This record gives sequence, C-alpha cells and structure tokens, in this order.
Amino acid sequence: MTPRFLPYALLLPATLFLLVFFLYPFVQIAVLAFSGPDGFTLQHVQTMTSHWKFGTALTNTIVLALIVVPIQLVMALSMATIVTKLRTGRSAILYIFTIPLGLSDLAAGIIWLAIFEQSGFLNSLLYGLGIIERPILFLGYQNIWVIFIAVVLAEVWRATAIVMVILVSGMGLIPKEYYEAAEVFGASPWKRFVKITLPMLRPSLQSALILRTLAAFEVFAVVIALGGTTLPVLMGETFQWQFALQDRNVASAYALVILAISVVSTLFFLRVLRVPKEARI
Amino acid sequence: MTDAILTDTPRSVSDAQAAGRFLIIASTVLLCVWVLVPIYLLAVNTLSSPQEVSGFPKSGVPSFDFGSVQFFVSFAGVARALWNSVVVAVLTMVLSIGLGAPAGYALTRFDFPGKEAFRMLVVMTRAFPLPLLALPLAVMFIRVGLDDTALGLALVHTVLAIPFAVLITFSIFSGIPIELEEAAWTLGCNRWQAFQKVVLPLVLPGITASAVFAFTISWNEVFAAAVLTIENRTLTAFLVQNLNVSPLHLKFAGGAALVIPALIFIFAVRKYLFSMWGIANR
Amino acid sequence: MAEILIKNVAKSFGSFKALHSIDLEIADQEFMVLLGASGCGKTTLLRIVAGLETPTQGEVWIGGRRVDHLPPRERGIAMVFQNYAVFPHLTVFENIAFGLRMKKLPQADIDRRVTRTAELMHIEQLLKRYSGQLSGGQRQRVAVARALAMEPDVILMDEPLSNLDALLRLEMRAELKGVLAASKTTTIYVTHDQVEAMSLADRISVMNQGRIVQAATPVEVYRNPAARFVGSFIGNPPMNFIPAMKAGEGKWTVAGITIDGPRAGRDRLDFAIRPEDVDVAPGGLKATARVVEPLGAHTLVTTDIEGAMFRAVLDSDIRVSPGDELSLVPKPDRVRWFDPETTAAV
Repeated sequence: MTPRFLPYALLLPATLFLLVFFLYPFVQIAVLAFSGPDGFTLQHVQTMTSHWKFGTALTNTIVLALIVVPIQLVMALSMATIVTKLRTGRSAILYIFTIPLGLSDLAAGIIWLAIFEQSGFLNSLLYGLGIIERPILFLGYQNIWVIFIAVVLAEVWRATAIVMVILVSGMGLIPKEYYEAAEVFGASPWKRFVKITLPMLRPSLQSALILRTLAAFEVFAVVIALGGTTLPVLMGETFQWQFALQDRNVASAYALVILAISVVSTLFFLRVLRVPKEARI
Repeated sequence: MTDAILTDTPRSVSDAQAAGRFLIIASTVLLCVWVLVPIYLLAVNTLSSPQEVSGFPKSGVPSFDFGSVQFFVSFAGVARALWNSVVVAVLTMVLSIGLGAPAGYALTRFDFPGKEAFRMLVVMTRAFPLPLLALPLAVMFIRVGLDDTALGLALVHTVLAIPFAVLITFSIFSGIPIELEEAAWTLGCNRWQAFQKVVLPLVLPGITASAVFAFTISWNEVFAAAVLTIENRTLTAFLVQNLNVSPLHLKFAGGAALVIPALIFIFAVRKYLFSMWGIANR
Repeated sequence: MAEILIKNVAKSFGSFKALHSIDLEIADQEFMVLLGASGCGKTTLLRIVAGLETPTQGEVWIGGRRVDHLPPRERGIAMVFQNYAVFPHLTVFENIAFGLRMKKLPQADIDRRVTRTAELMHIEQLLKRYSGQLSGGQRQRVAVARALAMEPDVILMDEPLSNLDALLRLEMRAELKGVLAASKTTTIYVTHDQVEAMSLADRISVMNQGRIVQAATPVEVYRNPAARFVGSFIGNPPMNFIPAMKAGEGKWTVAGITIDGPRAGRDRLDFAIRPEDVDVAPGGLKATARVVEPLGAHTLVTTDIEGAMFRAVLDSDIRVSPGDELSLVPKPDRVRWFDPETTAAV
C-alpha cells in the first residue's frame, strides 16, 4: 500500500464507527423526538414541557451545574497549586487526589449514601456528639435541599479529580522561566498565579470546564442513588420516560434538551476562553 | 532605617515561608482526608454484618464480618451482572483500542487532507452527552438483533471511549521519535516490520494504560447500560434498577464491587494520566 | 562500485520549493559533504537519497541502479541520524545486529560482524547495555557501528556530530574520518558546520536555498568560491567584499585605489578578499580600525573602509588600536571578483 492511502486506511475504521454509532444516532434522537404516526409533530415536546416535573428537572440540573462546576474549578486549582508546591510525597499525594477519577458516579452516590442515610455515618456522628437525640431522615422528600447538598458533595468529591488532572498537566506545560522572570520583576506569588498561571492555563481550563459542565448536565446515578426520583433532573427524567413510562419519544425530547444546553455551554466556553493560535505556548 | 530593613527582611521572609509550608501541608492533609474518608466509610459498611449496616449508631470501625459480602455474592443475578460487566468492558477495550490506535498512529505520523476534519469529529464527541446515544440505538439494536447483548452495549461504550483512545494513543505515538522508525526502514524493515519490531515494544505499556482506561469507562457507565440491557444487566445497571428495592447492605457491597477494580485500574495507569491529558488538550 | 547519481531532483512541500533541480555525481568511495545553513535543503536531499522522502521529480541512481522508487531497505544504504535513533528497547548488541537479523544472516556471522564493528567503534564493553545507560558520544558510536555492520554500499549521515559537545565532536570527527576511509564506503554527510565539512570531505557541495552553489574540494571551495554566497558562507571570518568601478581595460577602482582585475565587459564588479590575505603596507586600502580582537597567533581587526565593514586577520605582532588608520594591501593572487548581478565568480 502506498503511504498516500495508508493514513486513510488507518482512519477508516474509527471514522465509519463514529459515523454509524455517533452521528447517525444523534440524528435519530431528533427524528424520535419530532415524529409521530403522521410525520412531524410537536406532541412529544408538549408532553414533556407540560409535565410538572420538567421545569423542576431543568432548573435542578442547571442550578446543580452552576454550583458544582465553580466549586470544582476552585478546588482543583488549589489542589493543582498545592501539588506543584509539594517537595516530598508528590506522586503519592497525586495518586490519592486522583482516586475518585476512576469511580463510577453510581459508586460515588452509594458512598455518600453511606454517610447521609438515616442510619448512616453523619447521623451517627451527630448522635455521638450529642447534637441530636434520634437519627434524622436526611434524604426524604421533606428535605429536598439536603438531597441537593448531598448530590453537590458527591459530585464535587467524585469529579474534581478529573479537573485537577487536566489542570496539573496544563501547568506542567508552562515553562518555569516565566515564573522566574515574573519573580525577578517583583511579582508576588498571588500576582504570578493571576498573571501567569491563569492566562497560560486557558486551554486546559477550557477543556476542563467543557468536560465538567457537560458531565454535570448528565448527572444521573448520583441523584438516583441518593434521592431516587425525589430530586428530578433531566437525565433521570429521560430514564423515567424511557423505562417507567415506556415513551421513548418523550425520552428523546428530553435528550434533545440536554443536548441543547450542552451545545450552548460548549459554545459559551469556546468563545469566552478562546485562545488565539498565535498566543499559545 | 535601612539597617532595620536589612536585618529584618531575612527573618520575615523565612517566617512567611514557614507559614506557607504549614498552610500547604495542612491543606494537603485535609484534602487527603476529604478524598479517603468516604471510601473508608464504604469499606466499613461493606465489611460489617447486614445487621450492623442497618444498625444505629455506627462505630465507624469495621467488624470484619463478611455477611454483607456473602449476601451480595450469592444474591440472584449478581454473579451474572459482574460477568456481564467484565465482558462488556473487555469488548469495549478491544474495540476502542482496535479502532482508536490506528487512528492515533495516523494522526501522529502523517499529514494529509482531511486530518483536521477527523480531529473535529473526535473533538465533537467530547462536546455531546454520549450516554444519550443509548436511546436511538436501543431502537436500532432491536432491528438488527443486538438488543440486550453485551456487544450492543459495548458499541455504545466504545463511542464513549474512542475519543480518549484516539487522543491517548496519539500522545503515546507522538512520544516515539519518527527517526526510530526511519532507522528501522534503512536497516531492512518494511513499514509493518518497523512498527512491529520498534514502535510496538515501545508503546505497549502506554497502549495497555489506555486500554485499562477504556475498560474503566465501560465498567463505570450507568445510563446506557441501564437503558440497553434488560436480561443481561451489567453490575451498574443491576444496581441502579434495584436501588429502591434492595437492602442497604446489598447497595454498599455492590458499591464496593464497583470501586475496587476502579481503584486498581487508576493505580495501574497513574503514570499516564497526566501525560495523556497534557497532550489531549492541545 | 557504488557511485551515486542525482539527476534533476526537485522537491516541493506544498507551495514551498525545498529543492530546485539538483544534479550531483558522487564517485565510488568518495566522501561528499552537503554543507549549508538550516533550511537550505541539504537534509531533504539526503533523505531523498535514503528513500525517506519522495522527490517531486528527478532520478536517483546508486551503483548503476535506479533507486528512486525503491523503499529505503532495497537501496543498499545505511543511515546515521542526528539524534542517533538508537532503539531504546534493545541492547547495544541487538541494535547493531538489528539490520543483520533483518537480512537473516546466520547467528555466527551476526556475532562476528557485531563484534568487529563494536571493536572498530570502541564500544565492545558496552554491548549488553541499553541506550538509556549510554552517554551521547556512546550512542553516536552505536549508531555508526549499526550502520557499518550492514556493510552498505553507501552511508548517509545527517548532522551526526551536532548533538555532541565541542570536545567530543573534535574527537569523533577524526575517528569517523579514519573509520569511514578504511571502510571504503561511499559517504554523504550533511552538516552546517564548515570546519567539519572542510576536515572530512573529499568534496563539499555548498547548498543555498534549495540549490547546489558549488561542488568542489574543500580547498577549491575556500580559495575559489564559485559564487559570492560561498565566499561569505565559508571561512570564519568570511570573505570581504567591496564594490569596484571599471577604471580601464583590466583596471578597477576599489575604495580609492586601482587594482588589476579581469577584462570583463561590465562597469561594476565586486572585489573580494579573505581577511587573512591582506598585509599592512603603504599604498593599500584606507581602513579605520574599529574593533581589535587578539586571538593569539593572529589579531582580528574589524575596520571601516568607506563606510563598509572590512575584516582583516593580521599577525599579532602588529600593534593596532581602535581608531588607527591602516593601509591594507591585498595579496594579488588571492583577489577574487564577483559579478554583482549574478553573484557568480568572474
């Protein structure tokens, strides 16, 4: 085979695969969401929006992302900075910090369930300290906001690691000379962080934010594990319509909503954190 | 005045440094506690008897009773779910590396028209909520007889894993200087022989790491697994669908079953995590 | 017999022309150095001979066989790379044996050839090591040994010494010359280092912007540059150039003095002289010393002749201070003339 055709031959399997199992299904989602027995219909979208849980699910999903992602960003930045400052045990600490990265969101949900459930460790602790006399039902429908907090904690706990990994790798690409130059010119550590680290880290920040925000919109197993269907989120509703209600058209309409907010947020981050090609390291 | 500053400065700097060190060490310890304690608590629950798991208050120390574990392992459907998870994950691993590694190699070694288009396709997969693919694919799979099969689910998981496989293998191949291959060509190898004798032995650890990564992605995935499997549930699908009916000790033992392999995998690939993200962001 | 024939070879990368129609003949056992600044196309030309790059047009012949459509492995060549390309997963022994194993030689032959080339390159005690355990100089030796073990018709070397430190480079240079001369292999050697080129080459091809400007022996290239570029590229410090006006048949005015020159049918030429080819004597070029750099045996004096820079290498006995007025007389047999438009020698 001549080298001219070799790259195409090597790319062909992956390309075909992505066309069949990635692009085509996404077209199908739209088809499912808008097609009825007589062709095009908005029926499924109406069914979705008129259901009382839709608004709550949409709000919950977005608010959750708005809370979780910034917390993760700040925590990951601090973790990454700390890691670069460590003199000893750096790789051990890095491994510990990255552990949650490999965990399933379902596992994370179950782990935090062990803490928040009625006979769980939080109640045990409060009881042991004499703050409460009998265990509180944290994760019931009376305390939706506690479920919400538990979900936030579990998400922050689980998925900060990936942000940190992306940022640490990004920081590794920033040449040390810039910091030394800044130090020579009298920049304080904070100034160096703001004036050098953050701007130089933009490409990494961008991918981390896109990745994490999308994942936050897809939050599902953590919520199911901690609150069942008490706290509606978009992905959970999609699942409910697909399974419990056996209506895959409405489920697809939900999927389109998730898709839409994902694309909007991706475009937002691409625009806001754009790095011109000439300004890259 | 000048004298005072001269004598003062060194001390205040070292004080600030000591304070800084203390702050760093304290926050490191705090963050480690934050990461490790929840896992420890899961372990406590897993290694306690079912009665202890639902008992109150909890001591926070495991009794090393294997009742919960035994219950979990012998629970109807668990063994099968575990097996299914392994099968799907292995298929995902093979498919994503099999499809992704050649693409990663092509991206590293060749400049050709259409390269950017392919990169865009791969980057796009990261900008979409991929588990949703399960919805339309469920319909498609019924039509072609892939519904409720390990292969069907593995195909969806491969879509999730392929962008990573491509980018990671791309970065791994980029680490092998082209001169090594060229040297092999001048020493009597054709392209395939040079790849096999020179490139392959050098990239094998990295490729293994990215395969493990693909395995972990599949092992952990919940939504598509729950949508696409009914009889042949994977462990995550099994746990999700039984969450509201299963007793606590089953949940925690199941959680531990999910966590343990993942811990091992991340440990195995830890060396590659950072280098692969460094390149993947470019 | 492995003479190399390069006929009308050109190479473009997109719209960039890396090589413009190169013609070059290299005799059997000749040591040919391709010399030029980075980006002049010398490495591209070497890679075309190696088969690592496909020419856009033209032919390459090795030992009477047209090879430009053959893969590298069928060309009877061996190559030494700039970064050595020693396989990190193989021992030194296996690196040297790599090509021999591809040829499916019997184990006894492989052992014999590896041992012999390893001794030749003084690395016989390193045969069990991996490249990670070797210094840069040792890796270089392995790379050369690996190429020699192939007993190729042609050895191609791409800046093999440029990654070594200065002292090691000097040592390796002498060693390479000896080893390659003894092996009687035709060699093409790419470098940007003119001293290396001078000391190693039977002939040097000076390249500039994708063209071979001159291909000749080192002394010829130095003494009789075929073009102004060669004069200014070779020699440290480089040749001096001063514009000259025709003053009569075979007479030229150079910075106020009249010098014998060619009977060219032009009004203007460029007068050229190497810095060491001037003497301080009355009646010469009027130069004002600006910078004086004693270099031991000689003193490099940077002067100013009618506003243009002129360098002279003088005997260090001659005392010069900045600001001094000097009279520099060019040695008549060393004066060269260039056409200011074509830049070619006249």
